[in-house]
Amino acid sequence: MTTPALEVDGLVKRYGGRAVVDGVSLSVPTASVLALLGPNGAGKTTTVEVCEGFRQPDGGAVRVLGLAPKDPALRPRVGVMPQSGGAYPGLTAAEMLRLVASYARNPLDPADLLDRLALTDVARTSYRRLSGGQQQRLSLAMAVVGRPELVFLDEPTAGLDPQARRATWELVEALRADGVTVVLTTHLLDEAERLADQVVVVDAGHVVAAGTVAELTRGDGLRFTAAPGLDLSDLPGAAEEVPGRYVVAGAVTPQLYADVTAWAARRGVLAEDLRSRSLEDVFLELTGRELRA
Amino acid sequence: MTWSPGALAPAPGAAPTGQMLKAQTRAELTLMLRNGEQVLLTLVIPLGLLVVLTLIPFVHVPGDDRVGFFVPGVIALAVMSSAFTGQAIGVGFERQYGVLKRLGATPLPRSVLLLAKTLAVLAVELVQLALICVVGLLLGWDPHGSPLAVIALVVLGTAAFSGLGLLLGGTLRGLTTLAAANLLWFVLLVLGGVLFPLSQLGAAEPVLRLLPTAALSDGLREVLQAGHAVPVRDVLALAAWAVGGLALASRLFRWE
Repeated sequence: MTTPALEVDGLVKRYGGRAVVDGVSLSVPTASVLALLGPNGAGKTTTVEVCEGFRQPDGGAVRVLGLAPKDPALRPRVGVMPQSGGAYPGLTAAEMLRLVASYARNPLDPADLLDRLALTDVARTSYRRLSGGQQQRLSLAMAVVGRPELVFLDEPTAGLDPQARRATWELVEALRADGVTVVLTTHLLDEAERLADQVVVVDAGHVVAAGTVAELTRGDGLRFTAAPGLDLSDLPGAAEEVPGRYVVAGAVTPQLYADVTAWAARRGVLAEDLRSRSLEDVFLELTGRELRA
Repeated sequence: MTWSPGALAPAPGAAPTGQMLKAQTRAELTLMLRNGEQVLLTLVIPLGLLVVLTLIPFVHVPGDDRVGFFVPGVIALAVMSSAFTGQAIGVGFERQYGVLKRLGATPLPRSVLLLAKTLAVLAVELVQLALICVVGLLLGWDPHGSPLAVIALVVLGTAAFSGLGLLLGGTLRGLTTLAAANLLWFVLLVLGGVLFPLSQLGAAEPVLRLLPTAALSDGLREVLQAGHAVPVRDVLALAAWAVGGLALASRLFRWE
């Protein structure tokens, strides 16, 4: 078996005595996508920043492409997209990307990359005048222009419109197809579900679940949302998990769907979003909280 | 738009150092020249002061060689403006914007980044010196002394001011740096032997002459106006500032 592109074992990082990352372990095979999923403040960014070499861990071991995170030999091999900032406000989008490309021996064509990320129209606009979404896409371009083996993307689609989000997803999928390993953080479930070979759910510095999306969402029961406080006495196996969110236990079969919708029709209940277990439900079950909170 | 297979295949590697240095120096220069306040600080104010102080005799200088007195001081002011104030403010905001942190995750070595900043400052100083000399000559300036001594003083002054600028910009937050760098610029302008001879300050002179701006303006004046050799005291003062500032900066500088 080959060495994983990234290996994190029992990572601990404390700020002022408080552990913001508390025993996180993960292993990312080459040419796969791992999504670190969790609410704000879960420790996703801190975990990634230790892997990027920006922060010194207080415990645990991290190997990036088989090397220590701060090893200078990693710099050309790893692409980094921080959560925000990281560009000269006074340079234009094209100048900034060309500058970062000039650090690499075999960079991608900056003009082509700008074009694919729909930044050609603002190529001559200074970074400070770009919209938030444009700055995000430029930052993504800066992370991949040097043709790295491994890229860290911290909330790559935060604040992007659906079209730009799709362009980002296509880039991540193309990276993986070409053998690049991608580690991304997100609090968007659809993003993790679409992109990730492996999802690691973190909350309050701990890994609360890990596996493929299929593994994590495997399980019984149908879920729906409706007005809170419904009388469930005549719907067998039903329970209100949190106000307004219901789960009906049982094997997910066409019959179960029919039973639930028939019950809802009989009771005049608008049962919306009827579906089997999603990553959102997994998170809710594990932490008792909603992911988007 | 779809990606053709293999378009993103990894091909990592750092560019040759020379290529990085060239690109980074050009970026640093572009940023400096695009920043209106920096141009004001490094070019407009020194040249304006040189013209006004020379032509309007509200400051008394020893002897009747007004332009000969003010050109060396204005050169010292120009060096301070680009190497100290400009660097400090630039670095302070680059830290605040996360630029330096992010560049730390690229193949660009820190040493090449700092060298590029130095080269950009030296390039701006060349422009400053050329313009100051031209304006000075138009005002009737008659320079003396050895050009090599002038270059040596300017390089030493640049090292001293760069160290202090990196120390300030590398430790304080962006806006604090902005305020502190401008304040220090003003104080050193007033007490630096640029606007008037320090001898007018009486007993404070021996102490004030150890300030970097004063040491540089005095040293340049000794060479350019009097045709003397470079005064040892000024060289020692500048060297001490350079060593102290750069040593402290390299210890305390924070990249983010």
